[in-house]
Amino acid sequence: MQGLLRRLERAGVSSRSLVLALPYLWLIAFFVAPFLIVLKISLSHTALAIPPYKPLIEWTSRSVLEIRLDLRNYLAMFSHRLYGDAFLNSLKVAFLSTVFSLAIGYPMAYGIARAGARARGVLLLLVVLPFWTSQLLRIYAWVGLFKANGLINSTLLSLGVIHQPLTLLFTPFAMYVGIVYSYLPYVILPLYANLEKLDWQLVEAAQDLGCRPWQAFYKVTLPLSRNGILAASMLVFIPATGEFVIPTLLGGPNSLMMGRILWDEFFGNRDWPVASAIAIVMLLVLVPCMMAYLSIQSRGSDA
Amino acid sequence: MGHRSAGEPWNDPDARPYVELRRVTKKYGEFTAVDDVSLKIYEREIFCLLGASGCGKTTLLRMLGGFEAPTAGRILIDGEDVTDVPPYERPVNMMFQSYALFPHMNVEQNVAFGLKQDRVPKAQIRERVAAMLEMVQLGEYAKRKVGQLSGGQRQRVALARALVKRPKLLLLDEPLGALDKKLREHTQFELIGLQDKLGVTFLVVTHDQEEAMTLASRIGVMERGTIAQAGTPAEIYEYPNSKFVADFIGSVNLFEGRLVEDEPEHVRIASEEIGGTILVGHGISSAPDATLWAALRPEKIAMSLGAPAQTDNVARGVVQDVAYLGDLSIYVVRLPTGKLVRITRPNLARHAEPVERDSEVYLCWDAASPVVVTR
Ligand SMILES: Nc1ncnc2c1ncn2[C@@H]1O[C@H](COP(=O)(O)OP(=O)(O)OP(=O)(O)O)[C@@H](O)[C@H]1O
Ligand SMILES: [Mg+2]
Repeated sequence: MQGLLRRLERAGVSSRSLVLALPYLWLIAFFVAPFLIVLKISLSHTALAIPPYKPLIEWTSRSVLEIRLDLRNYLAMFSHRLYGDAFLNSLKVAFLSTVFSLAIGYPMAYGIARAGARARGVLLLLVVLPFWTSQLLRIYAWVGLFKANGLINSTLLSLGVIHQPLTLLFTPFAMYVGIVYSYLPYVILPLYANLEKLDWQLVEAAQDLGCRPWQAFYKVTLPLSRNGILAASMLVFIPATGEFVIPTLLGGPNSLMMGRILWDEFFGNRDWPVASAIAIVMLLVLVPCMMAYLSIQSRGSDA
Repeated sequence: MGHRSAGEPWNDPDARPYVELRRVTKKYGEFTAVDDVSLKIYEREIFCLLGASGCGKTTLLRMLGGFEAPTAGRILIDGEDVTDVPPYERPVNMMFQSYALFPHMNVEQNVAFGLKQDRVPKAQIRERVAAMLEMVQLGEYAKRKVGQLSGGQRQRVALARALVKRPKLLLLDEPLGALDKKLREHTQFELIGLQDKLGVTFLVVTHDQEEAMTLASRIGVMERGTIAQAGTPAEIYEYPNSKFVADFIGSVNLFEGRLVEDEPEHVRIASEEIGGTILVGHGISSAPDATLWAALRPEKIAMSLGAPAQTDNVARGVVQDVAYLGDLSIYVVRLPTGKLVRITRPNLARHAEPVERDSEVYLCWDAASPVVVTR
């Protein structure tokens, strides 16, 4: 009897830990393993071969196990200003994109959360509607709008507002428009989920205690939507740092971004080790961001 | 034991009301939540709104707080029309039914919120908040986040937060519902004391009639969006103006009948339910053929095993049920007509005359006791 119980218990525990292990297995297979592979490549030496790098660990002829860690790929990043500039520029673009997206997305999310039940459904549908077309197509559509003879210029010209086409395409402006446009749903949805849960009576209570509407917003709504703001920021900042397509198509050749450099190293120069080193450094910058986010969020939730 | 403020301003036609509702109606689409309510509340009153769930108490309160605009009618506070004044400009504070405490602040910050908003000096804020927390017995919880409090503790924080601003009019939506009996009684007396000290006018929503009786200078009984009757606790209890009010406050025996004798000094009502007539010691105004009800409170009916001396207002019956409640006992007596009558008797002596189940008893009451209602 006791043995049976124990065996059942053991079975129960093992199935439970199996369930718990699944997410870890997923992370190991699709995050840790690729990370280790990239880390390995980043420490290898470039070679004209397939794959285009020398193995890290090698049996030499004298039956010696040789491990060669090539740190030059990392040092290369410090030897050219290009990398550092691109890096800072990426962070700047990601940061500003996050700020712009929040500035536009927060009022939209707030409006949707305060709308009537039926309007809310329609508005949310409109927010996710762009996902039905490929992102690439939508970016090309912006190219069509921004071109010298594109829709915006031709409209303004025909209205007589301007007499010469404006340079819109391949400007930082076009790039920010593209990024903010693409990531807006990722800002609106978490913010909406957060604001929709907000107890409106708290705002009423603040007004009852003497707050004007904007004060009530600043003292109650905003602090209580902090987690939504953090989630939205992460969802824009992290992918925007490595964004490649939008800066290339809209920002033009002068928009120096890490994603772009990575692409060039990888496909242009076929320098996989340097490309990998760039990827690792980017990760080293973004992971602390992520950790800070998680710690702030958990501090908020046990409050 | 109703609480009284000085005088009875509601009986003085010249007295100026502090709060006045003039034919206020609130509709949600087709549904009328508050229906043509007119009401005057005087300074330093504790006015209790009493009514069943969903009868419009919160809606009425929210209109006074400024969170809901009336569909029709005007609201005046201190003689000023505030119908279109936003909540943050009204001299009114509200304690919400769901407390609405700020989850991102601790107890102290919640209570201090309104004072900070008013730019009260820091030292004074600290002092007033501490005193208020002491009053609601939450001194040691000052630094707790509100998420870590029990329901009753939250309620007390909400009360403290509304009171600390010393508003001229305090709206309380079920302020004591989550407190245990002892703390509730304690807080009730604190409220009365505070009201005396600060001169605040209270409008309290409750569905606990005992609480209303304890607190109120006057009670307004609400019925489906209207105020069925407003008056002092004693008026409401002794002279209910309708079956609804009689039944809602305390318990009551209602005997349906018709007028058979209509004199200025007394009336007689024939009721099939009692199998005889009821003599009522005061005149009433009613159409001769209208159906009426004589309302008789359980404690106003005497019960004896032997025949009583009087001849009017006597009925016989059999005790069907006895419930012993300690201080008093409740008897349910079945009349020959099948009507059940509820009687309460204080247990004065430990070994009183035994009236047990199935005893044959006489019931009798004074002609002054029944109240006649026409609806
Ligand atoms: N925003 C609203 N929209 C539609 N109907 C509403 C709204 N608010 C309240 N009502 C309705 O108005 C009626 C009165 O509601 P109210 O909240 O005033 O009741 P209450 O007397 O406070 O009840 P309780 O004792 O349960 O708190 C209810 O039938 C309710 O369903
Ligand atoms: Mg209510």
